[in-house]
Amino acid sequence: MSDLLPTTSIGTHQVRLDGPDKVRGRAPYAYEHPLDDPLYLYPLQAEIARGRAAHIDTSAAEAADGVVHVLTHTNAPDLEDTEDGELAILRSAEIGFRGQYLGAVIATTPEQARYAAGLVDIGYEQEEHDVELREDHPASREPESGSGDVFAGDFDAAFAEAAVSIDERYSTPMEHNNPMEPHTTVARWDGSELTLWTSTQGAHPARSTLAPILGLDPDRIRIISPHVGGGFGSKGVPHADMMLAALAAIAAPGRPVKYAVSRQQMFSITGYRAPTLQHIRLGARADGTLTAFAYDAVSLSSQTKEFPEEATKPGRMMYAGDNRRLTQRVVPLDVPVPSWMRAPGEAPGMVGLEIAMDELAVAAGLDPIELRVRNEPETDPDTGLPFNRRRLVDCLREGAKRFGWEERNPQPRTRRENGWLIGMGVAASTYPAGRQPGSVARIRRMPAGYEVAIGAADLGTGTWTALSQVAADALDVPIGQVELRIGDTALPNATVAGGSTGLVSWSAAVFAATEAFRAEHGTDPAVGAEAQGEAEANPAAEKFALHSFGAHFAEVRIHPATGEIRLGRMFGMFSAGRIVNPSTARSQFIGGMTMGVGMALHEKGELDPRFGHVVNHDLAEYHVPVNADIARIEAEWLDEEDPHAGPLGARGIGEIGIVGAAAAIANAAFNATGVRIRDLPIFGDAFLPT
Amino acid sequence: MAHSLHLTVDGQEHKLAVDPRTTLLDALRDRLGVMSAKKGCDHGQCGACTVLVDGRRLNSCLALALTHDGSEVTTSDGLAPAGELSTLHRTFLAQDAFQCGYCTPGQVCSAAGMLQEAAEDAPSVVTEDLEGPIELSDAEIRERMSGNLCRCGAYVNIVAAVSQAAEESR
Repeated sequence: MSDLLPTTSIGTHQVRLDGPDKVRGRAPYAYEHPLDDPLYLYPLQAEIARGRAAHIDTSAAEAADGVVHVLTHTNAPDLEDTEDGELAILRSAEIGFRGQYLGAVIATTPEQARYAAGLVDIGYEQEEHDVELREDHPASREPESGSGDVFAGDFDAAFAEAAVSIDERYSTPMEHNNPMEPHTTVARWDGSELTLWTSTQGAHPARSTLAPILGLDPDRIRIISPHVGGGFGSKGVPHADMMLAALAAIAAPGRPVKYAVSRQQMFSITGYRAPTLQHIRLGARADGTLTAFAYDAVSLSSQTKEFPEEATKPGRMMYAGDNRRLTQRVVPLDVPVPSWMRAPGEAPGMVGLEIAMDELAVAAGLDPIELRVRNEPETDPDTGLPFNRRRLVDCLREGAKRFGWEERNPQPRTRRENGWLIGMGVAASTYPAGRQPGSVARIRRMPAGYEVAIGAADLGTGTWTALSQVAADALDVPIGQVELRIGDTALPNATVAGGSTGLVSWSAAVFAATEAFRAEHGTDPAVGAEAQGEAEANPAAEKFALHSFGAHFAEVRIHPATGEIRLGRMFGMFSAGRIVNPSTARSQFIGGMTMGVGMALHEKGELDPRFGHVVNHDLAEYHVPVNADIARIEAEWLDEEDPHAGPLGARGIGEIGIVGAAAAIANAAFNATGVRIRDLPIFGDAFLPT
Repeated sequence: MAHSLHLTVDGQEHKLAVDPRTTLLDALRDRLGVMSAKKGCDHGQCGACTVLVDGRRLNSCLALALTHDGSEVTTSDGLAPAGELSTLHRTFLAQDAFQCGYCTPGQVCSAAGMLQEAAEDAPSVVTEDLEGPIELSDAEIRERMSGNLCRCGAYVNIVAAVSQAAEESR
């Protein structure tokens, strides 16, 4: 346990410091830095899902107006390391998924580049492909990069003896992050140094990934990314688009090459949430206490690079029960490479698990909140460690009070208003409280305060503001005296803004730097005095299971004649330690819940088995919630500090808002209609007679 | 083959020559360096590129630049003099009506256009009295702002910001 930092700015409402520039549109995103004489890139993409581009004729494109260079595997710059199948692009004619990059046209204007790309003639040798995920697929295997299976006690015996049980299958669809700013990289190679103005959740991690592949010393790559137009995981690791821009710049040295990925291209290039199939079996005593817990999940992966969407992750630690079995499998097929999307693992996992708990509550004749209360584990069932401070029950009970849960009739299909069926549902939420070591902050005394420099990222998460608040309190000065600099590898190293670890990890570096600065320069330092400090791992992580918790409550209405489902209201109650900025935190919780509404009611990438591409690859057909879909969403939190989270006392909040949100809506739909939803998204046909 | 046109953007006059394939959005961003209008989808599906053209809101990615010869274009950056903030700018800040900020200039322009439409009594699909003056309820604001996507999920706060701006300008 460490001493908590006394706070002046932390915990207070602070308007976003980057806000005035953002509302006017003056904050420069990746495409928008003023650069002279740019070139524009348009990619060539595979139009088959498996096989090879046997011939590529670029002559017509090369002769077209304004074309400077046409890049293909035949002339692409060398790579030093080709292990990473997603990033080692343009190595051969082989095609692993539809949409894979086969090259790029670089021209003087964007119109010329796009037109000339259409002149490239590509002849294919097509092979049979397979993009269809199924539970019994022969290619199913244990992931190479997974968390491993869990077998404890004797599940089969306990399940057979259980007084109450459920045995059901659940599924979550292919989902696409779709940040509003498409992935963009402007790359310039001057013969010795590569500069990338890009949109990334981690400038330093992106550099560490790209440098060995390009065979460049990291010092020869600079990544600049002060403002990021959303990411939700898709900008957490570099995808092939960043590589393509870098290779194009090396092939056309001296001038910046601009590549903004189109919305359509994002569906095959920039990662997605892999679909999952989940088989859940729960066995309990008559009083609802779990004795048998089995969670077998399969997720889609890519032949090009593995990514396990570990739906079983939250099942490892959520509930008690001695006889356990959790298995995670992946099926690598001829599909684009899946990647992080907001709470990978937890978000789809808490769909199946929290609907299953709702089903068990019905089977046991218990209120779903009471069922969860009865299955609170004393220690973490996964590691055996005590929890930091597990306040799930407080979130459920306090949330129930504020939402008005007592008005719910547990009997489905009993509430009708103006011809609509109304229902309420609840689901739990959880996310690990990770903190990464290795970030470094540099503090420098300026004439009017302190400069705090760290290569952190703000993707809408509020870093510009919240990290300034943290630095102000660490240095014990008003926030107006802190000049924060982030988003550049020229600044000290920072870990990724991902997995709800950003602010807490960077704050640890700011605390270390402040300590070093004060030790070296005292409280009245000369202008120019500077020091830096590095974040260490959280020592509490070895002694405690560190997690955040929450509870979602949803009210939906469903029209019995049309099946139309609408969200009436939603309430989230969270336990996340100290809240640094209540304004930006509330926005982030509500934002996660809003994306959860999309998961529940809208989002599904339709992968065409015949051609291997996502058919609805734009924002008109891949539906995300619009303003009219979101009525009342509110989020609150328990007033608390986490004693095991270091001086900040806070845990990250980027993911927890989405986890469990979709299940609460599905459970509300059951309460409204008596129809049990086990497959997302929920479309109106689910409620119509078959 | 370039063709010339005149545009007034945020009060500044420009004469430029563009490829006939150039959209108004690309003319702003790639030719004039006006980056307030954002490209989110390039297909009129997200609203990030919304600007006011002669006072009306428009998806600038769906317009060819040459069809707007002589038009007056206003981006969010042109809604207030440099260093100042418009009412909508202020209420978006006060209500924390954005997170990443990428859709925001489009949201602000859309809100400005929409407030004008409501002031002119133009009904929407959720308007009950098609003849009378428009009461900007939350439902009206949600409906009228639904052409502007926000993936960060700031809708609740956007409605509050637009509502506050409507209130203040009454």
